Amino acid sequence: MVEQKVVAATGNTVVAEAMRQCKPDVVAAYPITPQTTIVEEFAAFVAKGRVHTEYVTVESEHSAMSACIGASAAGARVMTATSSQGLALMWEELYIASGMRLPIVMANANRALSAPINIHCDHSDAMGARDAGWIMLFAETAQEAYDNTIMAVRIAEDYEVLLPVMSCLDGFITTHSIDRVSLLDDESVAGFVGEREAERALLDLEHPVTHGAFAGLGGPYLEFKKAQRQAIERSRAVVKRVGDEYAALSGRPFGVLETWGMDDAEVAVVVIGSTAGNVRHVARALRADGKKVGVVKIRCFRPFPYAELAEALSGVKAVAVMDRAESFGAEGGPLYLETRSALYDASNRPAVVGYVYGLGGSDVKLELVESVYGDLLDIAGGAAAPAGPVYLGAR
Amino acid sequence: MATLKELTHREDRLAGGHRLCAGCGASIAVRQVLLGAGEDPVVVGCATGCLEVSTTIYPYTSWKTPFIHNAFENSAATISGVEAAFKGLKRAGKIPADKRVKFVAFGGDGGTYDIGLQSLSGAMERGHDMVYVCYDNGAYMNTGIQRSSATPKGAWATTAQVGPAQAGKQQRRKDLTQIMAAHGIPYVAQASISHWKDLTEKAAKAFAVEGPAFINVFAPCPRGWRIPFDKTVEIAKLAVQTGFWPLYEVEDGVWRQTVKVVNRKPVEEFLRPQGRFKHLFAPGNEALLAEIQADVDRAWEQLQRRFSEA
Ligand SMILES: Cc1ncc(C[n+]2csc(CCOP(=O)(O)OP(=O)(O)O)c2C)c(N)n1
Ligand code: SF4
Ligand SMILES: [Mg+2]
Repeated sequence: MVEQKVVAATGNTVVAEAMRQCKPDVVAAYPITPQTTIVEEFAAFVAKGRVHTEYVTVESEHSAMSACIGASAAGARVMTATSSQGLALMWEELYIASGMRLPIVMANANRALSAPINIHCDHSDAMGARDAGWIMLFAETAQEAYDNTIMAVRIAEDYEVLLPVMSCLDGFITTHSIDRVSLLDDESVAGFVGEREAERALLDLEHPVTHGAFAGLGGPYLEFKKAQRQAIERSRAVVKRVGDEYAALSGRPFGVLETWGMDDAEVAVVVIGSTAGNVRHVARALRADGKKVGVVKIRCFRPFPYAELAEALSGVKAVAVMDRAESFGAEGGPLYLETRSALYDASNRPAVVGYVYGLGGSDVKLELVESVYGDLLDIAGGAAAPAGPVYLGAR
Repeated sequence: MATLKELTHREDRLAGGHRLCAGCGASIAVRQVLLGAGEDPVVVGCATGCLEVSTTIYPYTSWKTPFIHNAFENSAATISGVEAAFKGLKRAGKIPADKRVKFVAFGGDGGTYDIGLQSLSGAMERGHDMVYVCYDNGAYMNTGIQRSSATPKGAWATTAQVGPAQAGKQQRRKDLTQIMAAHGIPYVAQASISHWKDLTEKAAKAFAVEGPAFINVFAPCPRGWRIPFDKTVEIAKLAVQTGFWPLYEVEDGVWRQTVKVVNRKPVEEFLRPQGRFKHLFAPGNEALLAEIQADVDRAWEQLQRRFSEA
């Protein structure tokens, strides 16, 4: 473990700092609240000459991802950042980035999707992109956002993987709150991420390659997609290995999911992002009261840690899944659906209740979390599970 | 400037054997433009459309030079990213500082005038060292001859049909070349595959310029225009001779006509041989025909005034 500098900074500031330390050759980005300060602070690094990065101030997010794709295919290390409508505008390009197997790293400051327009946190933007073939990491804190960004570069560029990685942090809650963060020194980060060794790059001029070919007319489209599936499956091991190496460097353990109180828990809440802190806070109080409650926080949503989640939840009687996103017309939010799927083969399937909360930044009060645990303890005691999804705190 | 003999000795970067229709203007445009690129390596980008689907059918490729297709509306943004990578990698010391590479993005009229206009405008405004070439065949050919904003007024298209209530496309075409000139970039030109010398010279200038350049190339589509596949060049020539497609360039803000038209022919001579304008010659459409001629005349006069401004 190396010595680190402790700073008080916002999530966006430390993401910009991580980007600088990862030395991208190209950053192409477009401003949107609450991502904005990431690209502004990176622009300041450019102006001060602190990075060698070619910074492309594109005219839209569609062009941001398009330029990232061109630059990554050219052989460059490429990073960007967005939020909400910006991510939605990139939708077409997200699939092309993963389909062309380009290791682009993108921070996403989670924000609600219009309509109605709303600039505050929820996970609708990222969850809408969950089938786009990106590896998806979620941060609870500014520290995790910093750490995830650095790990993302190693994971994306690993030759076993070669997939884009989205590193998500909660809009305003994490992006704009000042938090205590330990920063690695520049050399340690540079050594950890190394240099990108691109193969079959567009700028390998002696070996011309055609990127983005047509695979219709009975072509191998199906096989390309199978190869992509195999790559994201291989990334499971790479995410763990990179997480372990990063833990050794930073002293901060990384897990695709992280548990609290799960050893003997009878009921558990599964959650993503900053709300995990609120949930742990409530769980701690309930524990002090003798209630056997636990928390599971998902840090890597794609590939989804099915086996790890089933293992963590084995032995509990009731599970609450807290979704900060909707999947309209489905049985519940995206995390609920994945959790149910993870438990399908379990020998003792617990009751699973879906909760939708915090959409558009609506308050996640401690009483709401307490009510969730209250429901779970009732169910564990024999009560019927409420029909989900329960809209927490909706007036 | 290279002579025809010299040009014939340059290696083609787009190989034959691709799947474009016989007589397609798009491949002629590409080959002439790339001949103008000279000896430096060229990285090519291409928007979704006839050119792209017909030259990159996996596992084959017609491109002997590095090539990237991303999507329909973002050929300019994609190549701007490649060019940015070139600069970033140079600064990182991974590419020698004196290395020279040319970057060119191709797009059809649909991918350029319509869905890709924003991406093109952005890339030009940012000043990337790249050339953008629109091969204008006046419709979305790849998806079956639907109208675009480059489709001439009165032309039949599958989304601008001919019937008792309407005689083909109702609107005038957009003047993209002038829109690009309004960006104030170092070099803008309008060219035609029928005038190979003019086109290769314009391409050479566009590639030589430091910063962004744009060329709009008239590239007939026999399939969509309903003309025989051996009439591509002839029809393109008539577009120039009738003043429908004037050949000119705007170099550092100076407008110059590159091919003079002495006795401008009536636009009818360009329209009549094409099946897509057949209905214009049926009784009752005389007024529309006169309107099309008036449009050409007015645009021509306006352009002449720009030249004299120089
Ligand atoms: C976003 C998007 N919309 C629509 C299409 C369908 N599409 C593919 S090519 C094309 C038309 C291409 O027209 P143009 O750019 O003029 O090129 P051409 O085929 O005429 O060479 C269309 C509509 C697409 N691929 N992507
Ligand atoms: S349809 Fe037209 S543009 Fe497309 S390949 Fe055939 S001739 Fe060329
Ligand atoms: Mg076209």
